[in-house]
Amino acid sequence: MLAMKEIFMILVSAILVDNFVLSKFMGICPFLGVSKKLDSAVGMGLAVTFVMIMASAVTYPIYRYLLLQFDLTYLNTLVFILVIAAFVQLVEIVLKKFIPALHKSLGVYLPLITTNCAVLGVTLLNVDNNYNFLESIVNAAGAGLGFLLAMVLFSGVRQRMEGCDIPESFKGMPITLAAASMVSLSFGGFVGVVDGLFK
Amino acid sequence: MNRMKILLNGIIKENPTLVLLLGTCPTLAVTTMARNGLGMGLAATFVLIGSNVVISLLKNVIPDKVRIPAYVVVIAGFVTIIQLLVQAYVPFLDKELGIFLPLIVVNCIILARAEMFASKNTVLDSFFDGLGMGLGFTMALLIIGSIREIIGSGTWFGLTVLPASVEPMKILASAPGGFFVFGCVIAAVQFISRKKGKTVKKSTGCAACPMAEQCGKTKEGEC
Repeated sequence: MLAMKEIFMILVSAILVDNFVLSKFMGICPFLGVSKKLDSAVGMGLAVTFVMIMASAVTYPIYRYLLLQFDLTYLNTLVFILVIAAFVQLVEIVLKKFIPALHKSLGVYLPLITTNCAVLGVTLLNVDNNYNFLESIVNAAGAGLGFLLAMVLFSGVRQRMEGCDIPESFKGMPITLAAASMVSLSFGGFVGVVDGLFK
Repeated sequence: MNRMKILLNGIIKENPTLVLLLGTCPTLAVTTMARNGLGMGLAATFVLIGSNVVISLLKNVIPDKVRIPAYVVVIAGFVTIIQLLVQAYVPFLDKELGIFLPLIVVNCIILARAEMFASKNTVLDSFFDGLGMGLGFTMALLIIGSIREIIGSGTWFGLTVLPASVEPMKILASAPGGFFVFGCVIAAVQFISRKKGKTVKKSTGCAACPMAEQCGKTKEGEC
């Protein structure tokens, strides 16, 4: 029972309180780049969630039974990024071969995910927080869902801005960042949620 | 003369953060204080110079097909070096930057410079390109960090600068303020370059993204 509570706490805090994009500033590039349209925002969000969960599942045994065993933890960063890059490549090949329809809708986002810092970030955070296998997976799922949520909400905000008359200097990136600031501010309201729900 | 041009190109004309709009994650995350911004900038500069020089040396050895993974390994090697150095000599910075120190690996500025400059130019030119881009990044982080620290907590490099009667606006030191200040600084840069009659780049960093050719979204202008 206690473990269950712990798991839900990790999940809720990863989605809402410590939202990867809006409060931890990871994965900002795709957040700003691919959020213009709702369907591409959802596609990117799902692809990132999938890769995050799988990357956590793959890096956990490597860390626990190889790097930790032989006292090689200083190689974390190097090994993790290689694993993620190789894994993303593998997923792309498999999808292309066996599920072409899914590859068509998610495939374009996959190469971009290798350089998405949220994926490497979540694997490193799992190690930093000493999570066990289940906790790592839940943390990754929460981080991915939080990313998806932020992308979807933000694409809605951006569609509203499309027809607005914006000062010349603020066009493009600056106004997008200002809008992201407002979305991030609204997520600030979740700060007490974990304490309120679980303690 | 030519090398000077490469150096200034990175610092001003093609400032990676403010003009090319690359590496937004660390820019937003570590600039709560000017000191952290400076530390992050210098760490990234070290990695940029190192990876640019090594990749330029290896440019004829690395096969074209696996160049991106090869670059990532080189970059990750330098990041591990700086990580160990910072842990040993500047422990407070290691604590402040936290996860963003290892995340220099996936900073697009470094991969972009490897792909666009170091793989095509001589070792010495690549060194100056790395130095210029690194200093440009550091400068941008220092500017944003200073604004956020002075207005957000009334201090600068830990020294109190605002009188006690002025209430610091804490929001600027937290996440929403990061987005907002960054947006305003970019707007200011666009304003100045428009005043000077230079065309403002419309792209949001994708044009300079090393993954652009593999990413199908570039042509549709969505990315």
